[in-house]
Amino acid sequence: MRYGYFPGCSLTSSAKEYDISLRKVTDKLGITFEEINDWSCCGATSAHVTNHKLSAALAMRNIMLAGQQGLDNIIAPCAACYNRLIISQNEVKNHSGIRKETEDLLSVKFEKDLKIINILELFLKSGLNKITEKRKRELSGVKAACYYGCLLVRPAAITKFDDAEQPESMEKIVEATGAYAVDWNYKTECCGAAHSISRRDIVIDLSKKIIDDAIAHGANVLVVACPMCHTNLDMRQRAMKRKYPEHKNFPVLYLTELIGLSLGMDEKDLGIDLHYSNFKYADTLMNNSAKG
Amino acid sequence: MTSDILKDAKKLQTSFIPSGNFKESFKEKEHDKNISIQIHERSVEDEITERTFQDVSLCYQCGKCSAGCPVRYYMDIAPNKVVRLIQLGYYEEALNSDTPWLCAGCLACSVRCPKEFDLARFMDAVREIALEKGVEIKQVNILKFHNAFLDQIKNHGRSYEAGLVADYKMKTLDLFQDVDSAPGMFLKGKLILLPHNIKNRKEIKRIFKKTSGKN
Repeated sequence: MRYGYFPGCSLTSSAKEYDISLRKVTDKLGITFEEINDWSCCGATSAHVTNHKLSAALAMRNIMLAGQQGLDNIIAPCAACYNRLIISQNEVKNHSGIRKETEDLLSVKFEKDLKIINILELFLKSGLNKITEKRKRELSGVKAACYYGCLLVRPAAITKFDDAEQPESMEKIVEATGAYAVDWNYKTECCGAAHSISRRDIVIDLSKKIIDDAIAHGANVLVVACPMCHTNLDMRQRAMKRKYPEHKNFPVLYLTELIGLSLGMDEKDLGIDLHYSNFKYADTLMNNSAKG
Repeated sequence: MTSDILKDAKKLQTSFIPSGNFKESFKEKEHDKNISIQIHERSVEDEITERTFQDVSLCYQCGKCSAGCPVRYYMDIAPNKVVRLIQLGYYEEALNSDTPWLCAGCLACSVRCPKEFDLARFMDAVREIALEKGVEIKQVNILKFHNAFLDQIKNHGRSYEAGLVADYKMKTLDLFQDVDSAPGMFLKGKLILLPHNIKNRKEIKRIFKKTSGKN
């Protein structure tokens, strides 16, 4: 089984640390993958909200390339890329018209059926016991609110993974690191995603509600698996503070960073210093764990 | 056949309007005229059904989608009401609404619908049709953002954030928003200043060229 890797545009710039920590952690856990050669943007929100044919072709181009490279699966760590790839693949499978059009656009016949895998599936499949075995740092004081956002588990009929309303897979991974996962209400609420630049006001309101609910349920860190969620929840906190002066800086970690911390890796090596909220994660969270 | 029944029903309805209320009866007649025109054309409803592979009449207006919509508060019309407008033939009102543009595509509605009507997919089709018909988009910055984003992909094959932000700012002339985050991104080495060009940009350009125009 050869795993393909589709980083997606964000992981090459605004979510660099997600890529860095993913590579470090998978390396330590012995998971290997190959980056898809000459991959291009999945089309993201902007393509599917304005032109569906374009959206299907942009996403399918990457699946086609992975097939030609001899890969069997595609790991898509960005929840938005994962969603676009799996939905487009499903549309092509189920609608012969779209299939024909997209094949013509890419001058190819889709034959190989590649499985698209999100970050949670990757860790669940590769064995949570590996994380537990290699644990080096005590994280029992970490109270994590696992934030799935909208695109990781929806639509469940297509993703065929976890539950669209009450998912639990990220909690299992977080618990394997020795951290505690809190029960809370905003696991799958939307952060405003693609409106981050064009309607920042909406994104600030929605992201604030998510952070507030995590705090209300006793969390001391938000754990995410999507670069857009991270941008909105981490980078937008300064603007959030301007609109809601009572807002206090709240730490937001990528799931891969939390795993890296539990494996004893250094914050800087994991790229955590690239976050906006200047938070000494290891110090603060570890002190918490010392206090119990 | 259906149109005749509808016309009769409308006649019956207008005949009940009190004679003194000219304004009301005029409105009713204008509306009547619109309906009869739309029935003979290929309707927007048919277009949506064709593009989304689902019947708009599936929706029985329970409102569960709007109840759980995270952006409902910012919209001019509740999402389920946009479906209702299409069902009743008020296409202009639906296409003019800013609701489809504010839809964040989070799919909460689509997974919760008791009729398994994919409302997020419906919103995609409404937006597509509005663009094709040249409807003036009220959420102009949202559209400009999408265009700026797609321009980056068309030119480089991947999104290139510094270029995206610059292009968006030129398109909106909103030069001062985000001044707090962009320098931070730059200092942290996250805002790359040169685009990642993929090798096969020709293929991407061809995809864009062949899919532009009519959907």
